[in-house]
Amino acid sequence: MTEQSYNFAYLDEQTKRMIRRAILKGLAIPGYQVPFASREMPTPYGWGTGGVQVSAATLTPDDTFKVIDQGADDTTNAVSIRRFFERTAGVAVTTKTSEATVIQTRHRIPEEPLTEGQILVYQVPIPEPLRFLEPRETETRKMHALEEYGLMHVKLYEDIARHGHIATSYAYPVKVEERYVMDPSPIPKFDNPKLEMAAIQLFGAGREQRIYAIPPYTGIVSLDFEDHPFEPTKADHPCGLCGAADSYLDEVITDDAGGRMFVCSDTDYCESRRAQGHRGKDAA
Amino acid sequence: MYVAVKGGERAIDAAHQWLAEERRGDTDVPEMSVAQIREQMRLAVNRVMAEGSLYDPDLAALAIKQARGDLIEAIFLIRAYRTTLPRFGASRPVDTDAMAVERRVSATFKDLPGGQILGPTFDYTHRLLDFKLAAEGEAPVAGRADTGVGHVPHVTGFLNREGLIEEQPSSDDTPPDLTREPLELPANRALRLQALTRADEGFTLGLAYSTQRGYARNHAFVGELRIGAVEVEMDIPELGFAISIGEVTLTECETVNQFKGSKTEPPQFTRGYGLVFGQTERKAISMALVDRALRWEELGEDNVGAPAQDAEFVLYHSDNIQATGFLEHIKLPHYVDFQSELELVRKLRRSAGAQDLQEAAE
Amino acid sequence: MTPLLSVHGLTKRYGAHLGCGDVSFDLFPGEVLGIVGESGSGKSTLLNCLAGHLPPDAGQVIFDTRADGQRDVLTMSEPERRMLGRTDWAFVHQHARDGLRMGVSAGGNVGERLMAVGARNYGDIRDSAIDWLGRVEISETRVDDRPTTFSGGMQQRLQIARNLVTGPRLVFMDEPTGGLDVSVQARLLDLLRGLVRDMGLSAIVVTHDLAVVRLLAHRLMVMKDGHVVEHGLTDQVLDDPQHAYTQLLVSSVLQV
Repeated sequence: MTEQSYNFAYLDEQTKRMIRRAILKGLAIPGYQVPFASREMPTPYGWGTGGVQVSAATLTPDDTFKVIDQGADDTTNAVSIRRFFERTAGVAVTTKTSEATVIQTRHRIPEEPLTEGQILVYQVPIPEPLRFLEPRETETRKMHALEEYGLMHVKLYEDIARHGHIATSYAYPVKVEERYVMDPSPIPKFDNPKLEMAAIQLFGAGREQRIYAIPPYTGIVSLDFEDHPFEPTKADHPCGLCGAADSYLDEVITDDAGGRMFVCSDTDYCESRRAQGHRGKDAA
Repeated sequence: MYVAVKGGERAIDAAHQWLAEERRGDTDVPEMSVAQIREQMRLAVNRVMAEGSLYDPDLAALAIKQARGDLIEAIFLIRAYRTTLPRFGASRPVDTDAMAVERRVSATFKDLPGGQILGPTFDYTHRLLDFKLAAEGEAPVAGRADTGVGHVPHVTGFLNREGLIEEQPSSDDTPPDLTREPLELPANRALRLQALTRADEGFTLGLAYSTQRGYARNHAFVGELRIGAVEVEMDIPELGFAISIGEVTLTECETVNQFKGSKTEPPQFTRGYGLVFGQTERKAISMALVDRALRWEELGEDNVGAPAQDAEFVLYHSDNIQATGFLEHIKLPHYVDFQSELELVRKLRRSAGAQDLQEAAE
Repeated sequence: MTPLLSVHGLTKRYGAHLGCGDVSFDLFPGEVLGIVGESGSGKSTLLNCLAGHLPPDAGQVIFDTRADGQRDVLTMSEPERRMLGRTDWAFVHQHARDGLRMGVSAGGNVGERLMAVGARNYGDIRDSAIDWLGRVEISETRVDDRPTTFSGGMQQRLQIARNLVTGPRLVFMDEPTGGLDVSVQARLLDLLRGLVRDMGLSAIVVTHDLAVVRLLAHRLMVMKDGHVVEHGLTDQVLDDPQHAYTQLLVSSVLQV
């Protein structure tokens, strides 16, 4: 049931064209942050307005849409965004990763490998990987233009000197096709290797007015040192519900006596495995 | 047995219902109408129009009602609505010289053509709670007099005639549009003023105050503060001339600031400018002070590193809708990031612990 | 022999005021040129124009690049100039905190230039940093400390290490001993002299301190009101000054 008072997918066609141009430019220059005139959306800045605008410009009436937040389809913000497009675009929605043509995500990449023809839309809070080293936009844009990324490695050097390890666990910076250093949004570094995929990846930062993109099969390297290589990490347990040993896990506190269990953060993955008969040690 | 949390949808619906009930409050108390808010909370309405960048007192009043009096939330509602409106065109620049002034004061001249007009101001009220207002009374009526005010010329115009204040070159360039183009730096003055007029009042006030206390002090005098209605005119190509499409009330503040002069420029006064929807004096004066502070570079002044001189800092942090959204988003779930931080801290603590043990053994 | 740096007619004005006017000179590989004059003489303006920090109004600054031979630095693109700035060129600021990252460890400060040109082995970067700390007489145990915990002299030595780690061919120094105690100055000058000699560096040193140029510089330019008033071998200029202003300058300081 679409609300007739708004255009398909809420945004007017002019705005969608402007966003599509930014997306195409982003795909043409992988990893480059394209400025775009982000619109005020009916959801707050910081709650996925960039992702929502990219989805709005990407969706067609034939699409099947999935929204995840922290890997889950039923977290409140995911529900809110899914409903927004049900109301304004009337598109089919799903929780099945394999059935979706457009997936909007916050902080995770689905466990199930994505395929050609799918689009993964990320919500990005701070698109600038250099921001916490250099607060000025005018300076960071120059650093990207001149490929001056020494400072990024200084930060990793300092981590190792102080902690013995690179102390970045999410939003771990990557280099795209040997050119731009890019923030993959706050996904856990466990997800970084999945950034090389068959699907199109689009990143939208509404408040910061930036869109960037990774075309299918683009080379993505997580920054590291030869002698301190990048390591994707996760909790060293299988999922308590489905027994998966290869998925990213949430830690759930089960009582106030130190009891806890680990479960898949990707709810669709976990449910599919359980439907296939897999069981973890905490499953009934 | 543990079951993964479900029911986000039900929780959201229930929260919305509760919110609606809370908004109405005690039903024994009569409901407030939008018209009441528009008429009796007019300064709140003005702020919502100014920072919402939409001149519509009825919609602003509705937004305040819906937002339960949270003005930033009301501004958000107006902004989200505004962005969906079609654009028919652009008006001509409004002529504030032809303003029908309700209030006009100058701090630089005791008397001047057009006179000092106090208008409806809190300025000389004693801030004593008026308990009579708690009991509903009759509507007060102000006396009427024919002021004989005709054209009220701008104060800066007098100074300009003597060459005492910098010339403000007029330009027919189309100013950039912050709501249609991404903010890119360096921002010219038109773009900065556009950002400032919709900037958060509190943020602008704080910055302006900081300049008075010495963080880029610029010795501002209120050359003139004027409030009143101006006509909005639009060129109609089919007609070949401009017609009036309505009136808006504006607050305009022009500050006169010292300037010591440079090698090429003799000493003269410089300007700061504020123009805001509605009667919004505090905001307009603050805007003028911040505008002046941001002009340090074109005037060849020193950058003393003050926040109010830093265009990037000011422009990127002045919008309360951006700020509040990003601030409040930390309420959203961050399980995934937090989980990876947990793993990292455990790992770092393990290696630190191992080192301690090794040192103890040696 | 091709000069490493060849400067022709360099001029910089600030409105009606002349920063530096029509300055020309050649600097050959391994040579150290001192520029002296009182404050306001234009020596810092000249240095900043040479190093690309200030755009001059006229003139040429021709550098003998490794890849393409002689190139006018002023007509280079910004990426090229910045690349030069982190490889073949180095700049030692008067105030160490202008040339250091105060929030980054000593090792990170020295390692930054290596990482900027592609070094990606943590162990090697750290070894180079420790080696360079040693060369500027900073103990290995301070490698993970931030410069904020260092004395003024140590900060200045750290800045020098950070600049020299990539083996630049040309070093610009702006009052390298300014603001330091006399005893600290002497030690720093000794160290600089050794490094310049051992690495065969070319350098341009701006100072108001004749003792510094006496120790470091082969040749000397004396500036007054934006112009070079005297130019020659250091000992010749200091021991037998020709221009009246140089005579005044030399007589006003203690001989070293």
